[in-house]
Amino acid sequence: MNTLPFPDKANSGDSVVNGVDLSVNFAGIKAPNPFWLASAPPTDKAYNVVRAFEAGWGGVVWKTLGEEPPAVNVSSRYSAHYGKNREVIGFNNIELITDRSLEVNLAEITQVKKDWPDRALIVSIMVPCVEESWAYILPRVEATGADGIELNLGCPHGMPERGMGAAVGQNPELIEQVTAWCKKYYSKPVIVKLTPNITDIRVGAQAALRGGADAVSLINTINSITSIDLDNMVAKPTVGHQSTHGGYCGSAVKPIAMNMVAEIARDPATPTLPISGIGGISSWRDAAEFIALGAGSVQVCTAAMLNGFRIVEEMKDGLSRWMAEKGYASIEAFSRKAIPQTTDWKHLDINFKTIAHIDQDLCIECGRCYIACEDTSHQSIAKLSEEDGGRRYEVIDEECVGCNLCQITCPVENCITMVPQETGKDFLAWDNDPRNPFKAAG
Amino acid sequence: MTHPLDYLPSAQEVGTYDGPTLSGNFSDLHPPLTQRQAIIESQRCLYCFDAPCVEACPSDIDVPSFIRQINEGNVNGAAQTILEANILGGSCARVCPTEILCEQSCVRNHDAECQPVLIGLLQRHATDHMQFDGHPFKRAASTGRHIAVVGAGPAGLSCAHRLALLGHRVTIFEAEQKPGGLNEYGIARYKMTDDFARREVEFLLEVGGIDIEYGQRLGENVTLDALNQRFDSVFLGLGLGASRALMLGDEDATGSLAAVDYIKLLRQTNDLGQLPVARRCIVIGAGNTAIDMATQMARLGATEVTLVYRRGLEAMSATHHEQEIAKANGVRMLTWAQPDQVLLDDQGRVSGMRFARTRAEEGGLALTGEHVDIPADAIFKAIGQGFESQSLADATAAELARDGERIRIDDHFQTSMAGVYAGGDCVVPGQDLTVQAVQHGKLAAHAIHQALIARQEAA
Repeated sequence: MNTLPFPDKANSGDSVVNGVDLSVNFAGIKAPNPFWLASAPPTDKAYNVVRAFEAGWGGVVWKTLGEEPPAVNVSSRYSAHYGKNREVIGFNNIELITDRSLEVNLAEITQVKKDWPDRALIVSIMVPCVEESWAYILPRVEATGADGIELNLGCPHGMPERGMGAAVGQNPELIEQVTAWCKKYYSKPVIVKLTPNITDIRVGAQAALRGGADAVSLINTINSITSIDLDNMVAKPTVGHQSTHGGYCGSAVKPIAMNMVAEIARDPATPTLPISGIGGISSWRDAAEFIALGAGSVQVCTAAMLNGFRIVEEMKDGLSRWMAEKGYASIEAFSRKAIPQTTDWKHLDINFKTIAHIDQDLCIECGRCYIACEDTSHQSIAKLSEEDGGRRYEVIDEECVGCNLCQITCPVENCITMVPQETGKDFLAWDNDPRNPFKAAG
Repeated sequence: MTHPLDYLPSAQEVGTYDGPTLSGNFSDLHPPLTQRQAIIESQRCLYCFDAPCVEACPSDIDVPSFIRQINEGNVNGAAQTILEANILGGSCARVCPTEILCEQSCVRNHDAECQPVLIGLLQRHATDHMQFDGHPFKRAASTGRHIAVVGAGPAGLSCAHRLALLGHRVTIFEAEQKPGGLNEYGIARYKMTDDFARREVEFLLEVGGIDIEYGQRLGENVTLDALNQRFDSVFLGLGLGASRALMLGDEDATGSLAAVDYIKLLRQTNDLGQLPVARRCIVIGAGNTAIDMATQMARLGATEVTLVYRRGLEAMSATHHEQEIAKANGVRMLTWAQPDQVLLDDQGRVSGMRFARTRAEEGGLALTGEHVDIPADAIFKAIGQGFESQSLADATAAELARDGERIRIDDHFQTSMAGVYAGGDCVVPGQDLTVQAVQHGKLAAHAIHQALIARQEAA
C-alpha cells in the first residue's frame, strides 16, 4: 500500500472508536473490541492471524490443535448455498482441524501473542476423550502465553468418527468431564464451544458449567448438504466422484444461532455464563443483535472468508456510531438488553392486536400482498380497480389477523406497516386465558 | 442491381466510415444480454400478481412467468411460455416499442426506482438461447380442412402457425420471394440483424402443415374469389405495401423516393459499402419508418440528415425513445414545416426541398407564410403506407366492407364476407405494431377454427 496515512486515522488496536469504548472483558479475557475471528481456516497460522490483527480484529481463536500426527485434509472442501443473485446465503465445509504440526502451531502462537499483547488470542483444542491427552497438551498450550482455550466439541464432520468433536459435544457427561480436565490442567479461562446438532442447547451449556467452564461459545456448524450436482448426482463439495455432509455456517444460520444464544442467556441454570456468539455474523448489526441477546463477544468466520479481513473496519465503525447514537458507552451497556423481552409463547399477550396498513402513496401495485394473503393466509386484502385502470389494494381490517405476511412479501420498504390496535382489553397471557384448557387452576 | 439512386456515391465512396465501422453501425442497436446480465435482470422482476406488463402486452405474453423461468435457468421453458402466446416472440423482442407497452407498465417504474425490468431484452435472451429437439409444439390430429392465408408477414405467419397447431392444413400466398413481411423487408437493419427474420420463419414452419407459395400477389395472379372457392377459409394478412404520396409536382423526380423502398434495399444488401448514400438528405414523416430511414442514412455516412415534420415533436407517432435514437445519430429534427415544392437541379434531379412553415391553429394546421429551403441530394418519403391499388381490386375483393381504406372486421376477425377473415395492418383497428399483427393472426386462427367446427357440427 502506498497510500498516505490519514492524520487522524486510528490504530487497528484502538478500543475507543467514534468516542465509544468497544473493549470487552470476556470471562477474564480482555480485547480491544468484541469482534473475534472464529477457529477456522482464517486463523490457521501466524500469517493469517497477523493480517487479521493488522486489520483490526479484537481477538482470534486459533484453528483447532490436535494430537500428532496432524489431520490430513481432502481436496475440494467448501460449498455454498446461493441466493438468486449468486450471493452466498450459507456456506459449508468438510475441512478438519489443523493439518500442521503441533510444534509449529505452538511456536507461532507464542510469537504472535508476544507481538500482539493487546489482542485476545485463544487456542482451540480437540484431543481424544481421555485424561492423559488433555494432561499432555494443556500445559504446552499454557506455555504459549495465549489468553485462554476453546474446546472444540462441535465439529460435525471427520472428527466424530474418531471419537472427538461433536461426538463429545452431543454427550453432556463427556462435556462435563472434558471441561473438568481442562480446568484441572489449565489455569486460564476455558470456553466450551457447543454444537447445535442436538435437541436442546441448554443441556450442553449446563454440562459445561458443571464441569467448571468459564464461558461457552456457540454455535458450531450445522450438519448440512448444500446442493446436489444433478448431472452427476453427487453433492458438493465433490471429492472425486463422492461427497459427504459438512458443517453449515454463514448468514443462513444466524437465526438458529441467535435462538440458541438466547435460550442459554435466559436459562435460570446458566444466568451469568458468558457467551461468545457465533453464527452468520457479517455486519455490525448482526453483532449488536447477538450482544443484545446475551453475547459478550462475537466470532466471525464466513463473512471474513468471503470478503477478507477488512470487513472489521465497518463493523467497528458502524457499531460504535450506533452505540453513540443510542447513548451506550460500552458493550456491557446494551448486553442482554433484549433478553427480558424474549419469552415463551405462553407468556405473550393474547389480547394484543395489530393489523396491516398499506400506504397507497408508496404502493407500486404489484399485487404481491394480495395473492399471498388470498392464496395462503386470511383473505384480508381487497383488490380494487381504479377508474384510471390502476389497481388498489386495501386491507380488510375485520379479517386481518396481523400475521405480517403482506408486509414481508411487499417489495417496498415501509409501504405496509403493522399498526397496533386499541382493543380496550388488559394484558392476558395464554397461561391465564380462560380458553386455555390447561390453564393453571386459580 | 440498378436503382433510382445509382447516381449517388456509394457509402464506400462517401467514405465517412470504413468497412468495419459501417458493419458495426448496423449491428445490434441494443446488444443482447449476457447470461449473467439476464440472471441479474430477471431477479429484478417482482413476479407481480395479475401483472400490468401482461395487460400491456398486445399478445398476452405471461411476462412474470417467463422471467421467473429465466431466473431458474430454465431458458427453454421461458421460450415456450413466450412462444405459446406469440410465435414471433423473437422478433417482437427486437422491434416492439416496449417503452410504451410492457416496460412502460412495469411497477419498477415507480418513484423509488424509475427503471423498469428490461422485459424486451429478457424475451430476446430466452428466444435467442432456446434449444429444442424439433419444434416445441405438436399439431392436433388433422381436421382435413385447408385454409388459405394471404401474406407471409407477422399476421399471416402467426395465423398459419396457430391453424396448423389446431390441425388444419395451410397454404400461404406471398407476393415477395421471401417470407417475413416487414421483419424481412421493413425493419431497421440494426434492430433485427443478420438473417434472424429468415431463421425465425424457418423455426415457425417446423410445426408442419404449412406451405408457402411465393410470387403470389393478390389482385395480380391470385384472386380472392378463387381462394374463397378453393379453400375452407381465407385469412387476409396483407401488408400496406404502397407509400403515400406528397401530392406535389416533381415528387417522382430522380432522387425522391419512398423510405420503405430504400430500407428494403438496405435490408437485403450483402455489401453496405455499395449502397447509394445521399450526403445531404431529407426524410419526411413522423413515424418509426421516418426515424429508421433518417438514422440509417446517418449511420451509412450521410453528413446532413434532416427529418421534417409538419407538427411538433410531441405529436410524432415515433416514440420518445425512437426520437432519441435519431438525435443521438446526429439527425436534425425540423418541426412545423410541410413540404411545399421539390427543388431540382438543371439535370432534373432533386437538389432540395422548399417547406412552408406551419403553426397550430384551432386544432388544425395553418401556414405562417414563411418558407425554408433545405438543400439535399435525395428526399425520402415516410408519411404512411396504404394498400397497393390492385390488392383488393378483383370483383369479390372489391365487395369487402371497408373503414376508410382498411378492411372492416367484426370481433371475430371476420370480414363482411363469410369465411374470409383479416388481421394485422390491413384492418381497423390496426396499430401498425408487429406484436398486434401476431395477436390478430392468432385470434383469427381460433375464430376460423371455431367457425369450421360449428359448421361441421351443423352439417
